[in-house]
Amino acid sequence: MTSVAAVSERSEARVARRERLRLLLRSPSFLIGAGVLLFWLTCALLGSRITPYDPIFDQTSDLSQRPSTEHWFGTDRLGRDVFSRVLAGSRDILLIAPAATLLATIFGTTLGLITGYFRGIADDTISRVIDAVLAIPLIVLAVTVVTSVGSRSAWAVTVVIAIVFSPIIARTVRAAVLGEAQLDYVEAARLRGERSHYVMFAEVLPNVMPPILVEATIRLGYAIFAVATLTFIGFGLQPPSPDWAVQISDNWQFLAEQWWTVLFPAIAIASLVVAVNLVSDSVQQVLER
Amino acid sequence: MSSTEPGATALHVADLDVSYRVRGKDRQVLRGVTLEVARGESYGLVGESGCGKSTAALAIVRYLPRNGAVSAGSISVAGRDVLDLRGQKLREYRARTVSMVYQNPGAALNPSIRVGSQVAEAFTVLGVPGGDATDRARDALDRVQIADPGSVMRRYPHQLSGGMQQRALIAMALAKNPELLILDEPTTGLDATVEAEVLDLVSQLQAELHTSVLFISHNLGVISKMCSRVGVLYAGRLVEEGPVGTILRDPRHPYTVGLLRCIPRGGVRKDHGRLDTIPGFLPSLGAEITGCVFADRCALADDRCRAEEPRLDKITPVHASRCWHHDRAATLPRAEIADLELPAVDRAGAPLVELAQLSKVFKQRGHEVHALTEVSAAIWPGETLGLVGESGSGKTTLARTLLGIVPPTAGTALLEGGELPTRYQKRSREELRALQIVFQNPDSALNRRHSVRRILLRSLKKLAGVGGSVAETRMHDLVERVRLTERTLTQKPVQLSGGLKQRVAIARAFAGDPKLVVCDEPTSALDVSVQAAILNLLVELQAEKRVAYLFISHDLGVVRYISDRIAVLYLGRLQELGPADVVFEGPHHPYTEALLSAVPTVDGGGRDRIRLDGDIPSAASPPSGCVFHTRCPRKLGAVCEETEPPLVEVEAGHHMRCHIPLEELRRLQRAESQPMAPTA
Repeated sequence: MTSVAAVSERSEARVARRERLRLLLRSPSFLIGAGVLLFWLTCALLGSRITPYDPIFDQTSDLSQRPSTEHWFGTDRLGRDVFSRVLAGSRDILLIAPAATLLATIFGTTLGLITGYFRGIADDTISRVIDAVLAIPLIVLAVTVVTSVGSRSAWAVTVVIAIVFSPIIARTVRAAVLGEAQLDYVEAARLRGERSHYVMFAEVLPNVMPPILVEATIRLGYAIFAVATLTFIGFGLQPPSPDWAVQISDNWQFLAEQWWTVLFPAIAIASLVVAVNLVSDSVQQVLER
Repeated sequence: MSSTEPGATALHVADLDVSYRVRGKDRQVLRGVTLEVARGESYGLVGESGCGKSTAALAIVRYLPRNGAVSAGSISVAGRDVLDLRGQKLREYRARTVSMVYQNPGAALNPSIRVGSQVAEAFTVLGVPGGDATDRARDALDRVQIADPGSVMRRYPHQLSGGMQQRALIAMALAKNPELLILDEPTTGLDATVEAEVLDLVSQLQAELHTSVLFISHNLGVISKMCSRVGVLYAGRLVEEGPVGTILRDPRHPYTVGLLRCIPRGGVRKDHGRLDTIPGFLPSLGAEITGCVFADRCALADDRCRAEEPRLDKITPVHASRCWHHDRAATLPRAEIADLELPAVDRAGAPLVELAQLSKVFKQRGHEVHALTEVSAAIWPGETLGLVGESGSGKTTLARTLLGIVPPTAGTALLEGGELPTRYQKRSREELRALQIVFQNPDSALNRRHSVRRILLRSLKKLAGVGGSVAETRMHDLVERVRLTERTLTQKPVQLSGGLKQRVAIARAFAGDPKLVVCDEPTSALDVSVQAAILNLLVELQAEKRVAYLFISHDLGVVRYISDRIAVLYLGRLQELGPADVVFEGPHHPYTEALLSAVPTVDGGGRDRIRLDGDIPSAASPPSGCVFHTRCPRKLGAVCEETEPPLVEVEAGHHMRCHIPLEELRRLQRAESQPMAPTA
């Protein structure tokens, strides 16, 4: 009797989860977004194994060819196949952007928990610093940090974007924690002598996960954008990487004669950002239902 | 009763089925409900949460949520079928024919629009031109007894008290002189004194305007005061219907009988006996039920009840019950029989907790808010001190000061003679485990991401300092003691009902064998049948462990049931403190007297209500002299305005803060309560 009832309770929870999944799979925007994302992930994982030509070294003698049946997206000034470079170009950005987002989420969540939970002086100080940081345009800030760090490696870009994004996440988390910390279970935890870090991470954090997840997926879209922008102005990834922004930055001066070397990587970036946003929108809708 | 002539009935609901589509399945919420409200009649719909009361109201105003639908039956208001209204017709119907007043007035008003414009809007939708609408709005506010309507109209909703907001909403609801006024728990969030005023206003307006009212409430006391006929809903079925007096005196459905027995009333106290409860749970939403909906929880149920659904049988022409055994309903056996031996409280010994001259001043935007002023009281081991007063009287601040959440501005709290650090952070594990709390709202009191098992084990670890298999054994012991089943352990709070959640919260508070537990309105979020079970549990635990309670509640019946002594707070000052019976039977402080007379009880009685004018004054600028003089019906004169009376022991163990001598109070109060038969 008891076990039967317990099973039905557990299946109740499973039904709720399956219902969420079903809702996601029924949403066309999620399906399109996830499809595009999956395509780029596959390209990133398989890299040069699926490209018709080597994206970096395979320099044919056909320089600056227009798109043709041989080279679908044409070739660039060094004779590299643009189609192969676009396929391979998803790798670095799909490593850096998620890593930066993850770092920013961890750091921002910690800041948000501290400010939202303690309030008072800690909150006032950190929140004003966050406001100040947010007042500086993102790219200006990033460029400043990259220059002062002096390194232009993929690692530097990751850390810089994480630093720039964490205040934004901190603010979202703080707002959620402010509401949560008013609830009686937090008081009950304090009254049994729990330390602050336990209350913050073991009691409050699990309850503010949904807004954090939503914020993180939104940030991921912006992170892709930010990596591309930094790279384009020369502070991010460096040639000969087949990264899309590297390609655009290499070729944009010749846009009039060789439009294909710019257009296809640009479409690729746009498709990735749009795909991430579509997924994040649908996840948000399902989580906040 | 069964007149079908159009216009004779304000509301006619016939065989109404409503279901909600949840997770791809239709779940029936109302099952063939039939009821009729005559012109000018006030009909009460009573039942516990989840019985379908509000769904019925929403179906009538055609405002069911998206996933809800009427699957059978008919609804007509003033002789017109409302189920096939669409578009403009439906808008007309809502604009001119029905009105609804909701439970939470704060949420029903738009916070960004001035009250005057919102009330005037109720008239402009009727086609009244702008300038006239403002005048009509002023008259409407005047009619609901809002003093100085001109200034109220310029204010925003948050600047009004809950009682004023609800009056403004009633004014809007009556703007169109509706054929039917639906009141859905209109006073549930309000203080007893304010509730009494609003209820008085509604009955007065109803008598004046002959409005037909459908009054929805879980509170039988309110229903008995407000309605002439009542219908009892259970699991979407109307199980009993009849005149209020008949239903309360001679209930003929076991559910009604049980419901009435759950309520602590007529001065019953914990040492007189246990409260009756209704065992079991409401059937889950949309469950397939063959037979009687109440059979699972009914002690009278037999095979026929489980197999065959009884009809709504007429016992008298006006009284109907849906029970095969309605003639035996009154013989329903009691659920709780085991009596308890409550330990006597020894007040000669040292008190467990002493509050000495506690004061708390909050600083708010340059104002000083005196939440507590020199409150002194003692609690002995094993006793319950009840704490009553309107909201804003300092009840919760007092409890939080004792717990160390809010440090006092002056004064100290002592635990077994030793001074308690003012902040909980500075308190030792011994001191923390000695003082625990059970909160009002079990939803926010339990972490919704943690399983019951995790919640209890953590408390055992921190409060009792045990882990591993010892903690495991203690946990099972706790679970058994609060009458939870083992399968609860793996569940999370969402999967539990309100009563079960509150049991988990109680188990958590008892993890470290506390000496005193603060109970902050622990049953006010629960249904009466669940409330009875929780009160029984608290009394059992007290008998077993000799734990003391500081019990905060606005429900005076509950406070009287569980308390040994009662403390009455008004504007942060102790007005009266004494044994429960003495405080309740009087002679009592004029404020206590007013509080007591404000509560609508099931027993009714002929006691004339004492009106308290206006709202509780602001604690930022408390009145001079006796703080109660601005509202006191027994004010003597200048002395009350100038000198604050001291808290004096007027008789053994009975302290009071009033200029009127005890004998004089006894004479005054006896003279007035004479016509009423003693309730105990």
